[in-house]
Amino acid sequence: MDQLVALLGYEFVQNAIAAGTVIAIVSGVVSRFVVARNMSFAVHALAELGFTGAAGFILLRLSPVLGLLAGTAVTAVFIGALGVRARGRDVVVGVVMAFGLGLGVLFITLYKGYANQAFAILFGTITGVSRTDVLLLLVIGVVTLVSLAAIYRPLTFATVDPEVAEARGVPVGALAVAFLLIMAAAVAEAVQVVGVLLILTLLITPGAAAERLTPRPGLAIIYSVAIALLCILGGILLSLITNAPVSVFVTSLSFGCYLLARFVVGPRRRDLRATSGHAKSSAGAAVAQAR
Amino acid sequence: MGSPAVSFERVTLEYGTRRIWSDLSLDIPPGAFVAILGPNGSGKTSLLRAILGLVAPSSGRILVQGRSPHRGDPEIGYVPQHSNFDADLPFRGRDLVQLGVDGHRWGIGWPDPTRKARVDRAVASVDAEAYADAPIGRLSGGEQQRLRIAQALVGDPRILLCDEPLANLDLRYQQTITALIAAWRERTGGTVLFVTHDVNPVLGVVDQVLFVVNGRWAAGKPDEVLTSERMSALYGSHVDVVRVHGRIVVVGESTESGFNIEEPHHVPVPVEPH
Repeated sequence: MDQLVALLGYEFVQNAIAAGTVIAIVSGVVSRFVVARNMSFAVHALAELGFTGAAGFILLRLSPVLGLLAGTAVTAVFIGALGVRARGRDVVVGVVMAFGLGLGVLFITLYKGYANQAFAILFGTITGVSRTDVLLLLVIGVVTLVSLAAIYRPLTFATVDPEVAEARGVPVGALAVAFLLIMAAAVAEAVQVVGVLLILTLLITPGAAAERLTPRPGLAIIYSVAIALLCILGGILLSLITNAPVSVFVTSLSFGCYLLARFVVGPRRRDLRATSGHAKSSAGAAVAQAR
Repeated sequence: MGSPAVSFERVTLEYGTRRIWSDLSLDIPPGAFVAILGPNGSGKTSLLRAILGLVAPSSGRILVQGRSPHRGDPEIGYVPQHSNFDADLPFRGRDLVQLGVDGHRWGIGWPDPTRKARVDRAVASVDAEAYADAPIGRLSGGEQQRLRIAQALVGDPRILLCDEPLANLDLRYQQTITALIAAWRERTGGTVLFVTHDVNPVLGVVDQVLFVVNGRWAAGKPDEVLTSERMSALYGSHVDVVRVHGRIVVVGESTESGFNIEEPHHVPVPVEPH
């Protein structure tokens, strides 16, 4: 315990905790929409092409964080321009991702410096962030959350009920592109903790666990943020104690949260079942099936 | 009667190179309950989309309450074709209804007692209180449909567009949903355009039918349109309109284009005892 308190005095630990908190809030909120819009594959592609962007920026001796952001943003624009509709979107994502990752390989080959910067982007480097990085992550995080708050209602409408949303004048296509850009920023943030390869543990799992805990959309976002905070801050502390990499603990904690939500806590919650007295058969069957 | 709620002036609608409707002229008076009938693929949904301002006619003019259709018209309520909600989606029936109040507005939309009261009233008006707090994806088709109607009506529209609202419902729910919509029309004097492939469940409340087949159309009172002569002319082949046990059945051979007439398919299902 004393050892832990002593560790908290180090600047790199404070930076990690500050950055981790910002990233957890962003990931928790964004992952709810990633899950509801079924966009796991797009998240994966954004992360891998974020790697390409970071590798390119390292080659040019620029900030890898900005490189990540550039990579994910360009990818978001490409995916948005080529295929916004759900059908065919995965194909477009795959096509763009394959090409972009090829470029990343080229950049890493050209780079004559240390390979550990590339390794950090692949597996996360939260305990290595500087004060400047923390500020940059904070700015990106605030911009992301403010943008998401601005489009929250119509994005929810377009996600849950696209036909009626369109009829009510909601710009469904433009919102899909806007959300891709928000995802691009969230991916650039989350990569700092778990790296490109493990990105889904922060941008899918908290949102997926949260929806097992409540039928209320707003509360699901709060639960998702809480789970992301637990995973990241817990992961950082466990890593400090054990010296094993942060991503190992973050992925384990988030997987544990998901299993707990899905098989232990969720099934006990009454309000997650259909409470109707009508049409017992079909609603009951749905509940039985989901168990 | 005043000016028509919806009027079509020589409207032609094309989808790509395919002509869906040609030369449709029809005035729908306010307060009318119009059933839009026809086989699958005859452009019934496209007609609703044109009224919503989502597709523009290639020629002619559509007027909704005297104005050109525009997206997001608050005077129109819309019940889309049956859609499936994910069983685990954290979204309740009341959240779906709430989208009808302010889902199109920007911002977060923090909890608001006025809005909650409106949603509660809309939920109560379709008798959905018992399950409005359950996840929408866990409800039966009929329960979801009631909430869809509450969503469409919560904004107090003057015109209600329903796209196959009775599809996938058992007979009892077909009657309930029809009664809910008819009661809304009685109460508010609103206009209903009701797309369906089977006229029978709504026969008691409909005062006009619009029947479309292959771009051709016929409109008028059900007794005038749903006759062997009119239907044969419309399909371009011999068609019989038969009345059995107070129900109307349209029966025919395939037309020269190989287009089969879709018969009203349901047989009365015994109501389950409670």
